[in-house]
Amino acid sequence: MTNSSRQISPQTLRMLAVRDARDRAAFSELFDYFAPRLKGFIMRSGTGSGQAEEIVQDVMLTVWRKAALFDPQRANVSAWIYQIARNRQIDVIRKENRPLPEDLAEPPGAEPDASQILAVEQETGQLRDALARLKPDQREIIEKAYLGELTHQEISTQTGLPLGTIKSRIRLGLERLRHELKDAR
Amino acid sequence: MRGKMTAITHHTPDALLAAYAAGSLPQPFALVVASHISLCLDCRAAYDAHQAAGGVVLDTVAGEDLSESLKSSVFDLLDAPVVPEPVFQRSGVYPGPVMEVLDGKPPRWKPVGGGVRQCILSAAEAGSVRLLYIPPGQAVPDHSHNGLELTLVLQGSFSDETGRFGVGDLEVADEHLDHTPVADAGAPCICLAATDAPLRFRTLVPRLLQPLFRI
Ligand SMILES: [Zn+2]
Repeated sequence: MTNSSRQISPQTLRMLAVRDARDRAAFSELFDYFAPRLKGFIMRSGTGSGQAEEIVQDVMLTVWRKAALFDPQRANVSAWIYQIARNRQIDVIRKENRPLPEDLAEPPGAEPDASQILAVEQETGQLRDALARLKPDQREIIEKAYLGELTHQEISTQTGLPLGTIKSRIRLGLERLRHELKDAR
Repeated sequence: MRGKMTAITHHTPDALLAAYAAGSLPQPFALVVASHISLCLDCRAAYDAHQAAGGVVLDTVAGEDLSESLKSSVFDLLDAPVVPEPVFQRSGVYPGPVMEVLDGKPPRWKPVGGGVRQCILSAAEAGSVRLLYIPPGQAVPDHSHNGLELTLVLQGSFSDETGRFGVGDLEVADEHLDHTPVADAGAPCICLAATDAPLRFRTLVPRLLQPLFRI
């Protein structure tokens, strides 16, 4: 529904306000939305309430401190925070330093491109709709996979994993990356 | 990301990327996948997409009530000074994630016979990951054939029954694949290899000596 309005979502605007203006009111709204979800998300994998809150605190502080790394042309806010949460959870629970890919170099002085931001949001909306339309058992597999409840062997053998919708997101994302890198030359 | 990019033809399978994004890969495999993503735009796009799917799941998960003090303690820390974490850049043929494990230093090679050298990056029950240096014409040290094995080429190339693997290519093998990778002519082949089985060198080192070599 928001797809047709062609407006950048309030969530993204809040995160941009945190990134560019260190806006505490915007951060407070992001906290109210994400912190309870993050706690639920972290507790799903068996972490107790107290430790889950410590991780939530670390994640929200990382959102504030590393806001400069938020790039809405590549990831929407939830996707970005999801990755921060998984990293932190692995560092704390498994006591490992999770290997992360090199950051993609931003073209110097790159102008934010609203149409690219909207494209990311639109695709995320399509992904959300597609997941919502799945049969409950299929949706549960997806949830378990991304909550980290399946081993890599289990993910590999899950033939029911409906990755088709993710495939189109990959293709569009690749086009955007190529576009960004072209500008970087 | 910049600089020359050879055409990568062997990519990370989607299920492995999903497992990596979800944090389900043991550290040795995660290091190889993170390194491949650092070299490969296609797999970076796929990783972004899996993060988007993870974000959707985060949006839909049932929330839990927070302690009353949590928000204020986060706000109290917003201005606290932080020591910036070091960022490890790519150095030569070694991608950033490998440089991080090497702590920014060049690898310390140990000879394992036949001109082949290795540098073990981590070895634990859950698996191990190491750098291998293989002169042209030499076989890549015997793979475990006993579980999952990921090999990412960082320099040169190797070939086996399944094809040729150049810089950035990732070979995924398991016990069903019986192969003998051999380094091609040209520059010595350097690869990053992870396995979830204990490392073995049937062809190079007698089994009894293995504990001495930590393999
Ligand atoms: Zn790839």
